[in-house]
Amino acid sequence: MTQDTNPQTCEEFQAQLPELIGSSEKLAMNLHIQNCPRCRSLLSDLMTIAEAARELLPTVEPPEEVWKHIESAIKNEQGLRESETGRE
Amino acid sequence: MVGNVAEAEDLTQETFLQLHRKISTFRGDSAFSTWLHRLAINVVLMHLRKKGLPLISMDEALEPAPEGNPSRGFGASDPALSGSIDRMALERAVTCLPAGYRLVFVLHDIEGYEHHEIAAMLNCSIGNSKSQLHKARLKLRDALRTYSRQEARR
Repeated sequence: MTQDTNPQTCEEFQAQLPELIGSSEKLAMNLHIQNCPRCRSLLSDLMTIAEAARELLPTVEPPEEVWKHIESAIKNEQGLRESETGRE
Repeated sequence: MVGNVAEAEDLTQETFLQLHRKISTFRGDSAFSTWLHRLAINVVLMHLRKKGLPLISMDEALEPAPEGNPSRGFGASDPALSGSIDRMALERAVTCLPAGYRLVFVLHDIEGYEHHEIAAMLNCSIGNSKSQLHKARLKLRDALRTYSRQEARR
């Protein structure tokens, strides 16, 4: 892979960022990011957010009532199915 | 994913009802947990579609940036986010994202799906999924920096 020789503006870099951000190889070869502290700061922020998001896996357990509702809804549905089968 | 506890509970119930109806179609091609997770995501997607929320391709016309300047994120005077992000602030900011952005962000950055999987689920292009994720992260960055500034003033 060759290194970019044509420096980009911030806007051009930003336009490509959705594609670049998934490729550390392409980012490493990008001249703009090497020379622009503001874009480096932006990139660092976006990566920090992505890393922090991994810690956000839902930890909330549904309340007991939800399980009771589920149980009664399943029983209702099963009852309906059985009565329909009985009629056939 | 829906940003609302009552809705999330309703969807949990709907997911388990679907599980009860469809369990006979589980063939063991994937882990049961993966299958159930997919089922839950489909229930959420169907719910959001029924509500008429655009799941993808929401351009800025639907969610105009108040400042109207797409490159505002580059302001030189704005401090960068610190290495550690306040978890509660991030959770709140995710909840406030527009539905389409939130969906892709949750699927990719939180749940760990790849762009090609998200594209298949949402019936959109991989590029679209990447672009939605990027916009979601930019919005979160704005929200988190606002939060930091407010905290600093206290």
